[in-house]
Parts: sequence; C-alpha cells; structure tokens
Amino acid sequence: MTETSMNTPSGSLFAQDERTKKRNAAEKRFRMFGLAAIATGLLFLVILLTSILSSGLGAFQQTFINVPVYLDEAKLDKNGNRDIEDIKKVSTFGYNPLIQQAIFDSVTEQGIETPLAKAKDMKALLSASAAAQLRDDVIANPDLIGQTVTFRILASADVDGYLKGRVTRESVARDKNTDAAHLDLVDELRDAGVIKKSFNWAFITGADASESRPEQAGMGVSMVGSFFMMLVVLFLALPIGVAASIYLEEFAPQNKWTDLIEVNISNLAAVPSIVFGILGLAVFIQFAHLPQSAPIVGGLVLTLMTLPTIIISTRASLKAVPPSIRDAALGIGASKMQSVFHHVLPLAMPGILTGTIIGLAQALGETAPLLLIGMVGYIATDMPDGFFGGFLDPNSAMPAQIYEWAKRADPAYYERAWGGIIILLVFLLTMNIIAVILRRRFERRW
Amino acid sequence: MNDMRLTRRDVDMNDIKISAKGVQVHYGDTHAIKDVNVDIRDKTVTAFIGPSGCGKSTFLRCLNRMNDTIDICRVTGEIALDGEDIYDKRVDPVQLRAKVGMVFQKPNPFPKSIYDNIAYGPRIHGLAKNKADLDDIVEKSLRRGAIWNEVKDRLHSPGTGLSGGQQQRLCIARAIATEPEVLLMDEPCSALDPIATLQVEELIDELRENFSVVIVTHSMQQAARVSQKTAFFHLGNLVEYGDTEQIFTNPKDERTESYITGRIG
Amino acid sequence: MPLLWLVLIVLGLAAFGYVAGRASALKTANGDARLLHSLPSYYGYNVVLKVLAPAFLLLVLILIIQPTIINKSVSGMIPESEIGEGSSRGLVMAEVRRTADGLDNAVAAGVMDKEAARVLTTGSADVTQILKDAGQIVTNDITQPVLEAAQRYRVMNGAGNWLRAGAVILIALAGFFWAMKESHTEFRARNSVEKGVLAILIAGASVAVLTTIGIILSLIFNTIEFFRLYPALDFFTLLEWAPSFSGRGGSSSLGILPLLWGTLYISLVALLVAVPVGLFAAIYLSEYAGPKTRAFAKPLLEVLAGIPTIVYGLFALLTVGPLLLSVFGDDSGLGWMQGQRAVLTAGIAMGIMLIPFVSSLSDDIINAVPQALRDGSYGLGATKSETIKQVVLPAALPGIVGAVLLAASRAIGETMIVVMGAGAAAKLSLNPFEAMTTVTAKIVSQLTGDSDFASPEALVAFALGMSLFVITLAINIFALFIVRKYREQYD
Repeated sequence: MTETSMNTPSGSLFAQDERTKKRNAAEKRFRMFGLAAIATGLLFLVILLTSILSSGLGAFQQTFINVPVYLDEAKLDKNGNRDIEDIKKVSTFGYNPLIQQAIFDSVTEQGIETPLAKAKDMKALLSASAAAQLRDDVIANPDLIGQTVTFRILASADVDGYLKGRVTRESVARDKNTDAAHLDLVDELRDAGVIKKSFNWAFITGADASESRPEQAGMGVSMVGSFFMMLVVLFLALPIGVAASIYLEEFAPQNKWTDLIEVNISNLAAVPSIVFGILGLAVFIQFAHLPQSAPIVGGLVLTLMTLPTIIISTRASLKAVPPSIRDAALGIGASKMQSVFHHVLPLAMPGILTGTIIGLAQALGETAPLLLIGMVGYIATDMPDGFFGGFLDPNSAMPAQIYEWAKRADPAYYERAWGGIIILLVFLLTMNIIAVILRRRFERRW
Repeated sequence: MNDMRLTRRDVDMNDIKISAKGVQVHYGDTHAIKDVNVDIRDKTVTAFIGPSGCGKSTFLRCLNRMNDTIDICRVTGEIALDGEDIYDKRVDPVQLRAKVGMVFQKPNPFPKSIYDNIAYGPRIHGLAKNKADLDDIVEKSLRRGAIWNEVKDRLHSPGTGLSGGQQQRLCIARAIATEPEVLLMDEPCSALDPIATLQVEELIDELRENFSVVIVTHSMQQAARVSQKTAFFHLGNLVEYGDTEQIFTNPKDERTESYITGRIG
Repeated sequence: MPLLWLVLIVLGLAAFGYVAGRASALKTANGDARLLHSLPSYYGYNVVLKVLAPAFLLLVLILIIQPTIINKSVSGMIPESEIGEGSSRGLVMAEVRRTADGLDNAVAAGVMDKEAARVLTTGSADVTQILKDAGQIVTNDITQPVLEAAQRYRVMNGAGNWLRAGAVILIALAGFFWAMKESHTEFRARNSVEKGVLAILIAGASVAVLTTIGIILSLIFNTIEFFRLYPALDFFTLLEWAPSFSGRGGSSSLGILPLLWGTLYISLVALLVAVPVGLFAAIYLSEYAGPKTRAFAKPLLEVLAGIPTIVYGLFALLTVGPLLLSVFGDDSGLGWMQGQRAVLTAGIAMGIMLIPFVSSLSDDIINAVPQALRDGSYGLGATKSETIKQVVLPAALPGIVGAVLLAASRAIGETMIVVMGAGAAAKLSLNPFEAMTTVTAKIVSQLTGDSDFASPEALVAFALGMSLFVITLAINIFALFIVRKYREQYD
C-alpha cells in the first residue's frame, strides 16, 4: 500500500484533454447523423403527403355550368304525344345543339364579347357527358319537354383544369378543342356566376368514364369492387387464419409437417405479391375458369396473400395468453379443445381482430396481383347487379382504378388518380385507427 | 461510528482516493441511496456488503457515473475523485470512466476476438502509439488479469468462447488495459463456479498493489477473504464502515451484527 | 343457381341434424343429460360435422375435376381443321364455352326453348346473330363443330350438375344416418367432435402449404410449356429482351439478363436510400431518442410502411420523376436525364418505401443486443457512438444483414413502383438516369393486354415469375436463417 503509484498521473477531470474533445465531437456528429436520418424519413413523409393532398384535393371539386336549357319539343318529341319509346329514339346527338345553344344564349344575354360567334363553338366548354345527362333526365321525366329547365352541367376537363390552374394559356396552344378565346369566355362566365366549382360527389359515388371524359370519372364502382373483395378476404382469411394459428400454437406436435408449415408461412409472407397474381391467373382463371376481372377472384388471391399476416398476428396474440389460463381450464376437467375455444380464443380475440384489420388494410391497397387477373383495364362503368353480381360481375378495385387512371397519361386523370389515393388512404387510415383503438381498449397486459 | 471514521480520515488523509459526502440517489420515485458518506482509500480492496436491494450496486455505479445511462436516475451530493467532484458540470463521464474502470456481475466479453476485447479500451482512449505498443498493452493486461497463459495461443479466437471464469478474468484484464486508478467490481463472482471464484479472488488480491478496488459482493466470506475495508449497506443507508476484521469480528451496529450472523438478508 | 341450392340443402340437413342428433341422444338417456357421455350439444355437432365435412369435401373435389373432364371430352370433338392459323385448341375451347354460355342466356331470355338450343345447327339459323342478340359476346362466326361442341358441353354440364347434386346429397344423407346411429348414451360425442374440429384446424394450417404448392405448380407447368417453345439457354443467356408484337414466336429475343440487371440496379438504388436512412433512424431511435421522441417519430415513420405501393408508384411517376428531370434534365443544362422514368426515379421512391421496413427491423435487432455489452463498453470509458459503432453494431451485424436482405427481396419483388416509374425498355446500362425495366414489370406487361396465352411472349412471364420466386425465396430463406441464428445467440 505504500508503493508509489504505477499509474501515470493523468490530468484533472475538470479539463477535457484534446482526445476527449475530438471524441466528443465525433459523438456529436454521429448523433446528428441519426437525427438527420429521422428528419429525412419524416421529410419524405411530408413531401409524400403534401404532393398527395396538393395534387389530389382538386378531384373533389368539379366545375359545373349552370344554364337554363330550352327543351325543344320539335327536336325531342316530334309527335308531341310524350311516348317514352319515341323520346328514347332521340340520341344524345339530338341534345347537344340544345345545350350549346343554351350556353350561347346565356353568353349573349350576359353581354360578353367573344370571337366565338357560333353556338357550336360552345362545345369545348362542355363535358361529352352533358347530352347524356340531359337525355336521362328527360327520359325520366318526359313532362320537362317544352319547358326551359336550369341544368347543372359538367364542364369539360379543359375548363375544369383552367379553373384549377392545371390548364394554362400556353398549354391550350397545342390543344385542338380549346383555344385562348374559350379561356377568356370561361373567365367572363365565371365572373358572371354561370361557371362554378362545387363539391364533386360524383367523384366519390360515380363510375369510371371513357378516356376522353376525365371530368365524369369517379371511384364509386371500384369502391364497391373493393368492398366485395374485402368481404371475400374477411370471410375466408379470418376463419382459415384463426384455424391455422390455433392448430400451430396449441395443438401441433413438434414434427416435420409442423416445421414445413411454419417455414411455409414465414416464406409466404415474403413472396412478392405479383407471384400471387400469377397463382390467381393460373389456378383460378386458367384452371378453374372463374370469370376474369371478378371481385371473387381478386378476393381469393388477396386472401392467400393476407393469410400469413393474419396467422402471424393471431399466433402472437394466442402466445400472449398466459399458460396459467390454459392450466386453470384443464385443471377443472375441460378438454384441451374446450380450454382453447372457451378461454384462450376469447382472450386473444382483440389481438386477432387487430391483426385482421391490418391484414385487410394491406389487402385493400394491394395492386400488383390485380393487374394479372384482369381487374385493371376493365372499365368499371356500371354498378354490379345484386349481391352475387357483386362477387361475379367484372369490376375494378380502388387501387386498380387509380392505376388505370395513372396509365391514361392525361393530367386531368392524374388529378383523379391522386384524388383516388386520398380516398384510399382515408379508408386505410380509418381501418388503422380502428385497429389502434381496439388494441388500446381491449388488449390486456399479463 | 462517525467518530471512528473521522479519526481514521485524519490519519490516512493522503491515501483517500474517493470521497463521497451526502450522496442521495433517486430512481424515479424510489429513494435508493440515503445520505451516504464514505471515503475509499487507494491501494485497498473495499467491499460493499448487504442484503440484495440495499443499494450497494447502485452506489457503486455512482462512482463512475454509470447511472447516467439510466434516464430516471438522479444523483445528488458530492463524490470526489482525488478531490475533484465527479458530478461537476465540467467533468466528462467518458474521461472519468477511463480512470474508474468497471467489471460487471455477468462476464460480458464483446463478440470480438480476445485481443480486440483487451485492445478496445486502449484504442478508444488512444493509449498505444503503434501496433507493437498495443500488443504490449494487451499482453501486460492479460498477464495482470492472470489469464495470459490460458489464452496466449488463441488471442484471435472470440472472447465469447472462453469459460465463465476465463471470461470474467478477460473482462477484468479488459478493464485494467485502460490503466484505471480505481476498479469497480459489481459482484464479479456471482456467475462463477467456486474454482473460478477462487482464481478471481486471488487476482483481486494482486490488483490491490496497483489499484484502488471496490467490490460489491453478497458473499460475506468473499468480503472477509479479499477486502481490507468493508462497508455494510442496508435499505439504502450506509450502516457501518470500517476495517474488514473489525466489521466481521466486532460490529458496532446491531444491524451489521444481525446480517453477519445471518439473521437478516 | 343450382350450386347455391345444393349448398343450402346440405346446410339445411346439417341444421336439422343438430336438432335431431341432440334430441335422439337425450331420448336414449330418457331426458337425463347427466347419463350421456358428453353434453347433449356435442351429439348435435357430431351430426353437423358428419353431414357437412364429407359432403363439402366431395363437392369441392367434383368442382375441381368436373370442368377438366368435360373440357377434355369436348375438346376431343373439335377437328384439327377447326383450329385456325395462329389459334390453339385452348382458344377454340374458350369460344365453345362462350357459345355454350350464349345458348344458356338465349334459353334464359326466352329467345329459344331448351329443345331448340339442343338441335340448333349453323345451317338452320344464324347462330352468331342469335347469340349476339341474347347479349353474349362472340368474337368469331360460330362454325358447326364449335356449335356441336358447345351443345355437347351444355349436355355434359347439365348431366354433370345433376350427378354432382345427387352424389353430394347422398353422401350428406349417409353422414347424417351414420351420426344419428351414434347418438346414444355410450357414444363419446365430445371426443369425436373434437377430432373433427382438430381435422378442420389442420386443414386450415395446410392452406399455407397448398398455396405454396399452387404457386410452384402454376409456375412450373407454364415454365415447362415456355421452354418447349423457346430454348431455355437463350432465356438465361441472351443479353437482349425484344419480344415481337406479331404474336408469332421465333423472332422474339427473350433474355432474362437485361431484366435482372434492371431489377438489381433499381433495388441497389433503393437500398442505397433506405439502408443508411433506415439504419441511422433505428440507431437514433433505440440508442439516443427519449421516450417522447420515440413515441412521436416511430409511428410516423411507420406510416410510410402502411402506404400502398400504388401510391409510391404514382409518387415516382408524377413527383420524383419530374423533380429529377428538372434537376438533371435538359432544362437545367445538365442534360443527363431524358425522360421522367429512370432507374433513379423508381429507386428513390422504392427506397422511401423501404425506410420503415429497414428501420423497424433494425430497431428490433439493435434492441436485442444485451445491455450488458453496452455497460461493458461504457464502463471502459467509451462514448455512446464508440459503443454503437464498435460494440452494438458488430454484435447486431448478422441481424442487420438479414434485415437488409429481406429489404432487398422486397425491392426485387416490388411491382407497382417499377411499372409506373422505371420504364418499359430493357437495357444493360450503368447510367442511373436511363429508363430500364425489371422482371416484375415485364411479368405484368406480358400477361396483360391481348396476347395469346399459348405464345412464348405470354408464357415467358411464367418463366420470369419462376426466376423471381426462386431468387426471392432463396434470399428470404437465407435472411430468415441469419436472423433466427442471431436471435438464438442472445436468447
């Protein structure tokens, strides 16, 4: 104890030596890298969400033209006896001049100066669907013929784009339908209150439209398609997933077969989704001859794809139920099966439901397999016919619809695609919030 | 008891390595260490004994600020190393820990080679001028860790492949390699078998020549075997501190006596 | 809907069986449930199981086999002469099925009666027109052999449906009576039911295996078919991808290598974005961040993982692409980038998608490194970053490698982003500003559109799918193996 210290006497603790300073600087740098990584990740999220919202919110607004149209009896019902069959014989071509004339009259009435001297020149302002809209109204109510009725007519995609800033004077220079004079006229008509933007319910409830009518296209039908697919997924994946999980977690003996299933499930969870599309194409369509583009096929494919997710989360929640519960049930003479179905399963239910909802959300947003079973390219213009029709009639699905629109390479359709994404994300967000609430409310910690 | 310590301090003033005054430790709402005053001397093995949960390990971790890594832990009072308060704002815990090394309850060799385990400390603190120098440090540390003969032929095999006792001596050698002035050991033998324990105890006795060693142990026999000074902790209080012989043969406090004789703990 | 009726009948029998089985068991016990071996309801369930399980099993079996048999027998009726140039038996069979459906529709719509549909000949009426009027889409004019085949198809299908209904109901009834005979006090109904339930559970678990088998079979058969039409050696070694659009084989060059190169290049770019950001984010979250930052940043990052790939695809096409073009394109004077679709476009969008994947996996793995190792390092006077760089990360390395491999397999299999952001032309180039295409993008383009399924241009998609499946499977198995080994090390 009296020996002199072997240690070289080092400096005071209060003074940082050079090396420590350097090391602390390196420490700070490293920490900054970490912070920068988080910031980068969050920045990407912000950019992504901003570009979705800024490009997509426009789809929820649509430009309409409010104009009184004189429904000329001489053109629409030549015989004058309001015979519905006669009225149906007048095609949309019969209605177009009426609308164009009505807008032209409206322009003259407002005293707007425009080089567009003919009623026909108004065509570029109108959606190609306007005539059909009028015709449907007239057929539904033939008494309108002969009267002047104010209609709210869809404006053309160019007009809509001009009011939303998508179409500019430079861009119409190359456009063969619309020219600068039209845009001047639109300015005037907007000031006069004839052309107005308002909320676009048709985008949420409506059907897809042909390539030339982006102003008319909506998500409604594809939402129904997605809904029926999700029904299939829910009613197949949940029971199968729960059965598989119960077996693997509670009953499976340790043997080769169990190992095989385990390996299978973990690998299926990582198989690219497009491969499930190939499976669907080969098995359900080529082999089983199920109809192409049908939600039932989409649902089956997504079921197989979602199954691993559901099984993995279900097993986790079964595992979280403490063995003492099982022992308690077995101890009073319940069979293994009874202990599982009466005690373990109910306790694991919130976790299972949470996992299922997350699996469904994943399935709802999946696109790639749907490409191969024909759900893209099918133009979903009609609502399916009844309950079984919902499963079997060709339809689209929300993500497939979005892809379809993105493919059309038209800025007006791009806006729809972004808008469709907003709707899709609202669904996903809702599902995830429900899952979080379920977890918070019912999950117990043992 | 207070009087006794005061007189001792008067005598051994020059030898005091660490001096703690009024140390309080809180873990969240738990008051883990209550007003502990203790002076730890250089070139001495000091043992902290006491029943589990008495705060001896917590206090040990205060001595090189290992508690900093736990968010909810709060330390007040003064702990001075060579007269400098280690909780002073100017003190860098990294520099402090180079001076006050630590060996843990469970041997925790890094998943690296034996050589890299030992060289880790010298490398980060820049103690070696060159490769040969580093080799020297590694060899010296392993020799001082009393494990050189067992591992000299396999310096580049992983440290995790050694037996428990060897691993712990490797960890001690690793701590020595940075040339600390104080070595803290938190129940270094609790995970070892009796033979390995004996080897580590012999090693601790040798280390006394160069370092001030503080060892936390739950084994009274071990404290009696290896230490010159013993502190008895109970419920977060330092109950009694004195020469090991005196604590074990003639404890002043009846709580110490109860513990020594096996009535509490 | 005769199938629906059949299912309903069987279900009805099962429901009746539950009541009957329960009552019959109680009767043998003279109404005293305590005398029964099992609870009365188990006798009911016993009947339900024995009615439903065999009947539905048979039904599914028939549903799978019936079309195959009928197709085989009907397609034999079509003479070689009927299979036109560029057509195949499969296509003619599709026409036959459409004609048969059309006849069904025509009968249903009342255009003709059943008898007329059976004896109809192309000579006596314009069948094509009749079917078109009945709302059926027929592509070609219907010839006599096709019509005959369609009529035969209808007859066989009709008979098959009756046979199917008969067999299923018969077996359901057999199950019913068998179970009813068992409904007495001595019978261990609970054990029997539980055995049945266990079988159902096993069946559920086997779906995963069946799926894999289904995937492998559907890939293998079509891949073999492809290699019969196109040399396998060319597929694996040609440096060119140029399918002909005429629908004829022969002139097409279908080499997988340019596609694989595009796939790997884009995946590499994605990993270069995702791994540094994801890994550093994981390090910061697990080692530095306080509970508040963690509770805020972690879920927000994971939002990126919950966003569907179609969104990233659109983001690549309409945001990333134009942005890159404005920086590297002609407008900025650099002129490196010609179009919006490029390796970088797809790679960056994919990288963003993979950030949360890498970060949450790495987070788990870093957290699994024992605290004792960190303490050991801190105890020696190491700083946090030294501890992380020299102790934590080396210890976590195998796990992190596994995580990166899993991310790579994700990137390789990703479809929507590359379909929308990467381009359509296959190229072997090092320029990241150039448009390239990938295996997945070509699977989509070869299997959608109007291509004929029997042509090598369509079948190549299955060979591509097979290659993709094998590559990702190998990576996954290897990655899962590494991760599992890593976990065991610290358990």
